[in-house]
Amino acid sequence: MALKLKLHTKPDVPLEADCISPDRLQSLSDNEISNLTLFHGNRQVCLGDFFECSGKFDGEVIVEGDLSNIKHIGSAMSLGKLTIKGDVGVHTGAGIRGGELVIEGNVSDWLAPEMLGGRVIVKGSAGHMVGSGYRGSTVGMQGGEIIVHGDVKNETGHVMRRGLIVVGGNSGDFTGVNMLAGTIIVLGEMGIRTGAGMKRGSIICQHKADILPTFSRSCNYQPSFLRHYFKYLKTMGLSISDSLLNEPFERWCGDSVELNRGEILLYAGK
Amino acid sequence: MKIKSTEIVDTFAEAFKMYGSRVIITAETKEWAMAAAQSITGFATSVIGCKCEAGIETEIKAEDTPDLRPGVSVLIFAMDAESLGKRLMERIGQCVMTCPTTACYNGLSEGTPVVVGGQLRYFGDGHQISKVIDDNKFWRIPVMDGEFLIDDTFQVQESVGGGNILILGKDQKSALKAASAATKAMRQLSDIILPFPNGVVRSGSKVGSKYKSLIASTNHAYCPTLRGKVKHSDLDDGINSVLEIVIDGLSLKAVEEAMRVGMEAAAKPGIKKISAGNYGGNLGQYHIHLHQLSAQKG
Repeated sequence: MALKLKLHTKPDVPLEADCISPDRLQSLSDNEISNLTLFHGNRQVCLGDFFECSGKFDGEVIVEGDLSNIKHIGSAMSLGKLTIKGDVGVHTGAGIRGGELVIEGNVSDWLAPEMLGGRVIVKGSAGHMVGSGYRGSTVGMQGGEIIVHGDVKNETGHVMRRGLIVVGGNSGDFTGVNMLAGTIIVLGEMGIRTGAGMKRGSIICQHKADILPTFSRSCNYQPSFLRHYFKYLKTMGLSISDSLLNEPFERWCGDSVELNRGEILLYAGK
Repeated sequence: MKIKSTEIVDTFAEAFKMYGSRVIITAETKEWAMAAAQSITGFATSVIGCKCEAGIETEIKAEDTPDLRPGVSVLIFAMDAESLGKRLMERIGQCVMTCPTTACYNGLSEGTPVVVGGQLRYFGDGHQISKVIDDNKFWRIPVMDGEFLIDDTFQVQESVGGGNILILGKDQKSALKAASAATKAMRQLSDIILPFPNGVVRSGSKVGSKYKSLIASTNHAYCPTLRGKVKHSDLDDGINSVLEIVIDGLSLKAVEEAMRVGMEAAAKPGIKKISAGNYGGNLGQYHIHLHQLSAQKG
């Protein structure tokens, strides 16, 4: 039976709940969990003031309720599974190192910034800055996977260095901006200025997109490695059309204002 | 002991510890995958002269391969892990990477990793790209028809080489027919290969030679033309042709099962005896006794 935290009082101002992670909760009793301190705005409160605790940790923590005003859930988690049943606020999964974070609703901005490993799955949509680096950081996501079934907003994968981000729906502007390496796959449409300033890495899209003039067209071809990704994404429950496996992609290399070693692959089938 | 009218000699095959790997080759069509597989398994009949032993294990349907394209599975064996790593590098580099549309994957889940794609990547002259998919690292090497995709590492595992049966026939036609039936049956099995031409070898060897520079020479005890000339022959009157089937496998069990299936299929009219090659039990780590095998049920 999993450890359950059910929201009984909705916070008026953001609640900073970085203590809600399998790492922190795994060895605590119900009483100790309820007494964990966190900030409600600028006031220190107990977890029990907002959440009712039940069950026992068996590797999984389930958090229920409208958590859209709760920040930093799953921060730096490294093991187990954390399931969020509902919408959740900013900085969810910040710096996650391992384990699996599943969000069954929508998530706000800054999902898994500067992620190091593990897997984040969002059944709904996500906001701006998915898997990005914080302002001023030179490196964002450094490993693991983020799979968003719905849409994402701007600057997904900003300065990402390694790992995989998959967007089942559309992505906003500046997808993969200043990307250092890694892979971003967008199954819907992308906004403008995709890959601006990217050094290395791959941005793959199932639709045509506006390409910056600092990118150069290479060729149309069928990359074998994409078949691996699409096969893998099918196992993750994403809808992948067979045409993606059998039709060519148009390869653009750039950004020439940087190393010019990145690539954008756009579906070029009929 | 007999299978039908064929006598099973009370002897054993002497097999050796080797290291094996499974290489999965895929391509746009089955024909191109097979072309690469035939190339990579060429000149790989015996470690004595070829540094490794290799063969095609089976064809793989597109839906079962890593990249959903038609594939062929190949097994390659060498005497140690380091040597096998070198052979993989050479053979994949020269025979698979060169073949249009192919990609090449590790086919074993356990064993010792040896770096293959991580070495071949340098052919990309700095333009190679690595990708990690589901915790597997690949290299994308730019080539003239697009990209060659290869796993960073391949697993090698302890295996068994040199399992064998000897088919002793009344004439060449009977021995060939029996050997063909045996190899056909053995090829239905997984985890084994038959490294010699069409699975059969006629030039069985013994250790040593009268010539000091040779480490192996013809197995005179089974050469029908030498009966009456040499001191010791293992051929009775009426045996005029002998063919050998050598089996390398990823496990002892796989080799034993292949030998058992092969004996069953080879036991035909015209085959007087089925025997096995050994070196007196002094060289190989595994002794596979024919009577014990044929007592087992399939």
